[in-house]
Amino acid sequence: MSEWEPKIVGFLCNWCSYAGADLAGTSRLEYPPNIRIIRLPCSGRVNPLFILKCLSNGADGVLISGCHIGDCHYSEGNFYARRRFAVLKKLLEYLGIDPRRFQMSWVSASEGDKWARLVTELVEEIKQAGPNKDFVRKND
Amino acid sequence: MKIGVFVCHCGTNIAGTVDVERVSQAASKFPKVKHSASYKYMCSNPGQNLVKDAIKKHKLDRIVIASCSPSLHEKTFRKCVEAAGINPYLIEMANIREHCSWVHKDREKATQKAIELTRLAVSKVSRNKPLEKTYTTIEKKVLIIGGGISGIQAAIDIAFANYPAVIVEREPSIGGRMARFDKTFPTLDCAACILTPKMVTVSQSEHVTMHTYSEIEEVSGFVGNFTVKIRKKARSVDINKCTGCGACYNKCPVKVPSEFDMGLGKRKAIYTPFPQAVPNVPVIDRENCLYFKTKKCGICKKICTVGAIDYDMKDEVIEEKFGAIIVATGFNQFDHSVYGEYGYGKHKDMITGLHFERMVNSSGPTGGKIIRPSDGKEVRDVVFIQCVGSRDEQKGLPYCSRLCCMYTAKHALLLREHNKDSQAYVFYIDIRAAGKNYEEFVKKVQDEYGAIYLRGRVSRIFEKGGKLIVRGADTLSGAQIEIKADLVVLATGLVAQKDAPSLAQMLHIPYDKNNLFTEAHPKLAPVETITSGIFLTGACQSPKDIPDTVATASAASVKALGLMVQDKLAREPLIASVNQDLCSGCLACLKACPFSAIEEDEIEDRKLRRKRTVAKVREAVCTGCGNCTAVCRMAAIDLEGFTNTQIMEEVETL
Repeated sequence: MSEWEPKIVGFLCNWCSYAGADLAGTSRLEYPPNIRIIRLPCSGRVNPLFILKCLSNGADGVLISGCHIGDCHYSEGNFYARRRFAVLKKLLEYLGIDPRRFQMSWVSASEGDKWARLVTELVEEIKQAGPNKDFVRKND
Repeated sequence: MKIGVFVCHCGTNIAGTVDVERVSQAASKFPKVKHSASYKYMCSNPGQNLVKDAIKKHKLDRIVIASCSPSLHEKTFRKCVEAAGINPYLIEMANIREHCSWVHKDREKATQKAIELTRLAVSKVSRNKPLEKTYTTIEKKVLIIGGGISGIQAAIDIAFANYPAVIVEREPSIGGRMARFDKTFPTLDCAACILTPKMVTVSQSEHVTMHTYSEIEEVSGFVGNFTVKIRKKARSVDINKCTGCGACYNKCPVKVPSEFDMGLGKRKAIYTPFPQAVPNVPVIDRENCLYFKTKKCGICKKICTVGAIDYDMKDEVIEEKFGAIIVATGFNQFDHSVYGEYGYGKHKDMITGLHFERMVNSSGPTGGKIIRPSDGKEVRDVVFIQCVGSRDEQKGLPYCSRLCCMYTAKHALLLREHNKDSQAYVFYIDIRAAGKNYEEFVKKVQDEYGAIYLRGRVSRIFEKGGKLIVRGADTLSGAQIEIKADLVVLATGLVAQKDAPSLAQMLHIPYDKNNLFTEAHPKLAPVETITSGIFLTGACQSPKDIPDTVATASAASVKALGLMVQDKLAREPLIASVNQDLCSGCLACLKACPFSAIEEDEIEDRKLRRKRTVAKVREAVCTGCGNCTAVCRMAAIDLEGFTNTQIMEEVETL
C-alpha cells in the first residue's frame, strides 16, 4: 500500500483567496496536490456545519481562507468568519480534535506565493497530525 | 437528470500534466453523467460547438466543464449552454488548470486530483437550480471623484455624450496637480494654457455639476444605483452671490503660507488657491481667519458689495444617486524626510520638483525667478537628484514613479532657459524615457542644454560656505563627485493619497500594499475595478503622466457611458432568498448583512392565524456574499448558486 496522503478541504472566498490560488497557478508555483478547493463568494458564507461535515466525512484537514482583514470584498464578511471560527476552533479542540486539522488564513489575490507556501506547510502539519480517525462517521 | 462533462486539454497547459482522457473516462462513470468528452480547446469555437452538439444529441440538461478557473471562462460557457437551450446557471466548472495542472508535477497525482475536482463539480451541478437574471434601472448620472486633469477630462467626455456628470473636488478649485505645473514635457506647452480652457469648458457645461470644497462621505448601492452622500464643506462665501471680484482677499489682513505654492508664497485667510481658480469663488480658512479666531475682524464682510460672505454657513450633506462612479483622486508626493543623508529640513535650499514647478512658473510666488529660498539670490549650479523614494525598497517605494526622469529633464531645460549661465547636474539610476518623443527630449536636454548627467546616487549633502555640498559617485567613470550647489532639487516619487484606503473601503474597491487602487485586470481591464460600475483613472491607480492620465480618463468615461446608454441592467441572480415559511423572524441575518439588503416583512401565518415578522431580501441591493446564510439558525435563508444543499453535496462527495 502506498504512503498515506492526507485529504484537505479548502473553503475559499471568490475574491481574494480563490484568485490568489489562481495566481499560484498562473505563476506555476508548485505545491502538494492534497487540497480540494470549494469556491464560495465570501469566507463569511461558511457555515460551521460545513466544517463538521467535512471532518465527519473523513477529511484530514479543513482550511478557510478569505481576504485580509479590512479588505473583504463585502467589507465585513471576514470579520464574521474570524469570530465564528475562533469559537469553532475552541469547540473542536474541546471535542478532542487536533487543532491542526482546522485552520484559517487570509490570502489576497496578489499572494500566489503565500498560497503555495501555506498549502505546503498545511499538508506537512496534517501529515504530522496523522489520519483523522476520531471524528469520522461510522458506517452502519 | 443527464449531466454532460467536458474536459479541456488547454493545449498542453492541462494535458501536459493531467491525463485528460482518463479524467473524461472516469467522469463518464460518475452518477447521473450521461456523456463525457474531451477537446483541445473547449473555449474555442469548435470546442463550444462540441458542447452544444452534445447537449442536443444526448439531451443533456446540466453541464460540467473541467478546464480553467471560472473567473476566466464561466461567463463564456454560460453563454454557450444558453445558446443550446440550457439555463446558464446549470453549469459548474472544475478548475483543473490553475488549481491542478499548473501547480503539480506528478502526472498520476495530478490526474487523480483532476478526477476528484471534476467529481466535486458534478455533485454540485446535480443540485443546481435554473435561475433567471433580474433587471434593474440605471441612474443616468456619473459621479467623478476628483477634479484634477483626469476628473476634468472624464467630465468633458461624459458631457459630450449628453449625460450628466458630477465632479466632487475637495479643494476650493478644480485643476488638481496640473494647475501647479509650469510647462509640460516633452512639448513644453504651458500647463495653464492647456488646462484652464478645459476647466472653463467643464464649468460652463450644462451637463456638469461641480461640488468643490466637498468630500465623499458615504457610498452605498451597486452598479446603476449608487447612493452617495457628499459633504459640502462650509465655504463661508455664497457661491451664487460671489462675483469673484477679489476685494475680500485683497483687504484680508491675515497672511499664511500658500498650499498651492508649496509654502513658497503667501495667501490670505480668505482666498482662492490660484488666480484662474474654477469656480472663482474664495473660501475662508476658518483656522486662520481672525473673525473665527477672535470675532474681531469682519473686513471681508464689510467690503463685499454683494453680501456673499456668510460666517454662519454650515457644512451641508447632500445625497445624490449615480449609475456609475469614476475615481480620479490622483497622487501625493513622497515624503522624503526618511533620507537623512540629504538632510532635508535642515537645508533651506533643498526643494522638491513640485516646489521647482511653482518657482519656475511666471505666475508663481517668485514670478518665474529660480532663486535660493534662503537668501533670494539667483541660482547658478543646481543639482537634481532622481529616484527620491522611487525604486528604493528599503526606504521608499518598490516601484518606479515613471515621471521623474522626464520632469527632471524638463527642469534642467527650464533652468538653462531662465538663466543662460546656470548649470544643471542630474544624479540618476537609469533614464526611463519610454514615451512618444521622450527619449529625444532627454537627449536634447543633454546635448543642447548642457545638462550634466551623472549615473549614481548621492551619499551626503551638507552646507559649507553658503553652498550645499553634494557628494556622490559617478559609477560610469568610477569617480567620486563633489558639487557646490546653490540649489538641490529632489525628484520625489509619486505615492497614493493618504486617505486612499478609507475611500477604497467606502467604495468596496481593492487597493494594493502601496495603497494604489487595484484594477480589475492589469492588462485587459485596466480602468475597471472588480466592483462593477466603479472605474479608475489617473495616478490613483499607478503613477501616470498627463497623456496617460487623459487617456485613462477617456477610457473610464467610455466604460461609464457604456452603462449610461443601456435601458436596464441585468443582475446576476446569485443572491440570497428567504424561505419565509421556515423563517422564525429572529432577524440575525438583518444584523449580519453588510449592505442593509435585508428588511422586515410581515406574513399571515395560517397555522397560528396571526401575523408574524419574517426576513425579506431586497433583491436589488443584495450582493450575494452569503453572510446571512451562515447566521441563520433555521437555514431559512439561502444563497442561490452556493446553496447549502450544493455545498453539502460537494462535501458529501469528498
